Amino acid sequence: MSTAALSGSALPGAKTPLGRFRTGTVGGLARAISSNRKATAGLVILVVFCFLAAFPGVVAHDNPHAEIFAPALGPSAAHLLGTDAYGQDLFAQLIYSTRESLLIALVAGLLATVLSVIVGVTAAYIGGLVDNVLSLVTDIFLVIPAFPLIVVIAAYSKNGGDPILIAVLVVTGWSYGARQLRVQALSIRDRDFLVAARLRGERRWRVIVSEMLPTMTSLIVAIFLGTTLYAIVAAAGLQFVGLGNPDTLSWGTMLYWAQNNEALQAGSPLWAIMPGVCIAMLGAAFALLNYAFDEVSNPALRPVRRRRK
Amino acid sequence: MRYVLRRLGFFVATLWACLTINFVLPRLMPGNPAIAMMSRFKGRINGQALKALEVAFGVNNSESAIRQYFGYLGNTLTGHFGTSLTFFPDSVSKVVFSALPWTIGLVGITTVLAFIAGTLVGMAAAWRRGGVLDSVLPPLFVIISAFPYFFLALMGLLLFSVTLHWLPLGFGYTNTDTPALSWHFIGDVLSHALLPGMVILITSIGGWVLTMRNNMISTLSEDYVRMARAKGLSPARIMFAYAGRNAVLPNLTGFAMSLGFVVSGAILVEYVFSYPGVGYMLLAAVENEDYALMQTLFLFITVAVLIAILVMDFVTMALDPRARTQS
Repeated sequence: MSTAALSGSALPGAKTPLGRFRTGTVGGLARAISSNRKATAGLVILVVFCFLAAFPGVVAHDNPHAEIFAPALGPSAAHLLGTDAYGQDLFAQLIYSTRESLLIALVAGLLATVLSVIVGVTAAYIGGLVDNVLSLVTDIFLVIPAFPLIVVIAAYSKNGGDPILIAVLVVTGWSYGARQLRVQALSIRDRDFLVAARLRGERRWRVIVSEMLPTMTSLIVAIFLGTTLYAIVAAAGLQFVGLGNPDTLSWGTMLYWAQNNEALQAGSPLWAIMPGVCIAMLGAAFALLNYAFDEVSNPALRPVRRRRK
Repeated sequence: MRYVLRRLGFFVATLWACLTINFVLPRLMPGNPAIAMMSRFKGRINGQALKALEVAFGVNNSESAIRQYFGYLGNTLTGHFGTSLTFFPDSVSKVVFSALPWTIGLVGITTVLAFIAGTLVGMAAAWRRGGVLDSVLPPLFVIISAFPYFFLALMGLLLFSVTLHWLPLGFGYTNTDTPALSWHFIGDVLSHALLPGMVILITSIGGWVLTMRNNMISTLSEDYVRMARAKGLSPARIMFAYAGRNAVLPNLTGFAMSLGFVVSGAILVEYVFSYPGVGYMLLAAVENEDYALMQTLFLFITVAVLIAILVMDFVTMALDPRARTQS
């Protein structure tokens, strides 16, 4: 879905060192992140947003819902970003919106990843007719343009709230990862350690869960980063056109109200700019992590120093 | 030949899936939204159009679901999409065909341009590892790719239209003009298309650059490239005919997948610029609960993407002998 995820796909899983995060995952991951500038930048942005999502009141002191100020004020010390056409403090709105935007993206990204693991690994491991059917379904979902489909589903279930929004993002976001996982699972299916596990008489689901999945951790993490990035952008787009719940506080709905009140033409451009900047920053955090992850798992892509002659 | 048949089979299967989604979705939702929509329009549209809608959405219909399904499939495949409520009394097909040229002109041309330019830039970046292109562009495009299309569109609008007044605020052409085949009108259309076109180009080019660069890095280390170097072939020949030709193959498949992404972004760009294309119409149809128009637009967008994918399959066949002979 995301372009960064695509770059990872170009190199099928077979080339990545599968066992990189198998042992000491936390330590290995921490070392990998701190040694890569892109990953560090992405992680710092993400941590800041997580903090804002958890404790918005620490940073913003005004009530984001209160329509108590003069409308359309410019930025000032009392209102860092000014106020909107309804007399709400834009800075408070922006900070309090973090929670919903981040939550939708993470939950949708996580569920879509789980679905793609289930479909992709099942297809590869069981094979045969099951594989054919699951692959066809995956390819169809891959090809049907996601956003129009999201729009259509959301239009039928108007004002369904966040659960519907998340469900829609999951339905349209899982296929890409499933395809990648299937390819990788196929490539390791007949490795010795899996054959050994089968010969030991382990049950099928146990072989998959405790033998197969751990070796695929790095790809699964990459897919999670990619789908979350997709969910951030798609959710913002949906909310922007008014197909989210316009009463909740999120960056996408802020943009919706800004567009509805023609904020750009009416002289309060910050109303539209700032939520967009936040979406882009959150998206960039995941894109950077994803890109860095490609580099970590595929050394061929790491930046090379120019050779001096 | 089997490759062609398999790809055609996939085309048909996806088309069928898309038609079925259109049929099932409104019936799946709690309290059939079509009924709510129709009760709102009762008395405002004539009986015949209402009847057509009832057939399409299975309201007041005692026929079995299966018969409804085949009736719907037949209607759609023969081009009977019903009447648009937004542009009443125009038929849905008339509305769709008035919007299509705008989108094909804008999104089609920019997508092809972005693909070609992105592939070439990616090729050049990988060819000179560690050069200016290679160290500046990839991180830049990674960040741009995280920008929502519509946000860049808003920023472009703010800068060039609201602040600088260089370009028009939106729509496909100046409203007071009458569409005619004159230089003046063509220039007008182009000036309206420039900003949305640039937005789509900038946001979509990054993906092609990145994937092409990564593929190219892999192919450059292949033995056949070393062999070509050893034979003393010209660098240009190695770059395009040896490494590039093989590196572009996965990108062609990626094109199929990313096209849906580009089309999705383009819908929002059209919305921001009130560009009278398919995406703008789709959102207008959603706003007016014009489900017949909405479904048909969804269908057309999918078909357009499918056709593009089919074209890419044929290009792959031309470039990759394995696709021609194998399976």
